[in-house]
Amino acid sequence: MAIGAAAGFGRFGRFAAQVGRSLTDTRTWAPELMVQMARIGVDSLPIALFIAAFTGIVLALQASYTFTGAVPLYFVGVLVGKTMILELGPVLTGLALSGRVGANIAAELGTMRVTEQIDALETLAYDPLAYLCVPRILAAFIMFPVVVAFADGMGVLAGWLTSINLLDLSTPEFIRGLRLFFLPFDVSFSLIKASSFGLAVSGIGAFFGYTTAGGAEAVGRSTTRAVVASSMVILVLDAFWAVILL
Amino acid sequence: MSIEIEDVHKAFESKVVLDGVSLDVREGETLAVIGASGSGKSVLLKTIVGLLPPERGRVTVDGEVVTELKREKLNELRRRVGYVFQFAALFDSMTVAENLTMGLRRIHGMSVEEMARRVTEALTLVEMDGYEDQYPGQLSGGQRKRVGLARAVVTNPKYLLYDEPTTGLDPVTTAVIDRLIAKLDEELNVTSVLVTHDMKSAYRVSDRIAMLHEGRIRFVGTPAEIQNADDNVVRGFIEGRPELVQEASA
Repeated sequence: MAIGAAAGFGRFGRFAAQVGRSLTDTRTWAPELMVQMARIGVDSLPIALFIAAFTGIVLALQASYTFTGAVPLYFVGVLVGKTMILELGPVLTGLALSGRVGANIAAELGTMRVTEQIDALETLAYDPLAYLCVPRILAAFIMFPVVVAFADGMGVLAGWLTSINLLDLSTPEFIRGLRLFFLPFDVSFSLIKASSFGLAVSGIGAFFGYTTAGGAEAVGRSTTRAVVASSMVILVLDAFWAVILL
Repeated sequence: MSIEIEDVHKAFESKVVLDGVSLDVREGETLAVIGASGSGKSVLLKTIVGLLPPERGRVTVDGEVVTELKREKLNELRRRVGYVFQFAALFDSMTVAENLTMGLRRIHGMSVEEMARRVTEALTLVEMDGYEDQYPGQLSGGQRKRVGLARAVVTNPKYLLYDEPTTGLDPVTTAVIDRLIAKLDEELNVTSVLVTHDMKSAYRVSDRIAMLHEGRIRFVGTPAEIQNADDNVVRGFIEGRPELVQEASA
């Protein structure tokens, strides 16, 4: 099993190096970049905002429940802001997008592989890595932070609306709590994590899809592996950035 | 010779598929490669265009050694080769016209008008004009194969490689595709390699036929010569008599 895992890492490393080399072929990947940014970023906004809104609501209610009597209620703003921006915004969005974006990339490239569409690209003198993988990976790297920024904002907004409507908290009190321990670095931390999650989700999805061998069953297997592996990597990266940057 | 295959070996893990294949394709001819399913015909075709690198041996196309070319040079060579895939391998997310334009976009300096003209010409050649805006999912199997043919010829290639272009088609559509292949070969004056296990197709369109058996070329000759071959493996295959093949292999 250890040998299999090492071989897998080796194959991924070789794939990553090939994708890196294909970055020089801008003529091939540049026209596809905007299309992928829209698909990966803009189209992912609804699900990310949906998750963030309900996370914000629950955070505010649970904070109020925990603080009752012992901690001033305006600390709800602290908890909602800090937790949403530092942790739940990027991580929950990353996990949701590993299902949406990672699975989509793996299934799409896997299907193209088993139906010989990737071979067809090669015979038409395209570098398939430059045409298919580079724009998806770059788009995820660029757009994940954008989506996470919106998710962070939506979470805080939902926490505020919950606080003023369902808790005994006013807007100035919520904002006081929100600003109490806020550091601009928190936003940078959130966006750095989001970019790394974007690289991981798209890179792993592209790797499993591109290297699919077999038929429809193999495409399903690649898709599942991509989602499982990228979810695990997101959690590892989450811990990594906490150790390195906090 | 315009395509030379010398002592090519290819294996997938422990399964040897090509075990020292040597074959020459002459300028302007159509060579059919026949053989049982899994005999390595498609693998051989893919080594010609550099999709599958062989473990040993040399493949030369148009004077260039494919097995030694760097990516840029290989892409230049591929612009001179049209490849027709077994199941057409059309890009699902693109219209018929966009599928055909993909290859043209790799030719420097071609205007949009010129691309549109070439697309129309290629579709007319395969009797699919008017289908420019359709998606592959809206086409029948035969129509997809025709669009696959059009995509292969739209760049005016010097070589055409066909990977079982009539597999899965009814006899009438098969005959239509065969006629199209013969017409393309004649009108475009290309050198073609046709991989097939359909003997009727091989007789209809080829100048010579090569038979691949157990990883090696077993026979090369004209359609008339293969029909008079003494080799029981060859006769067993072309006459559909497995007992002859088994006898000869025993």
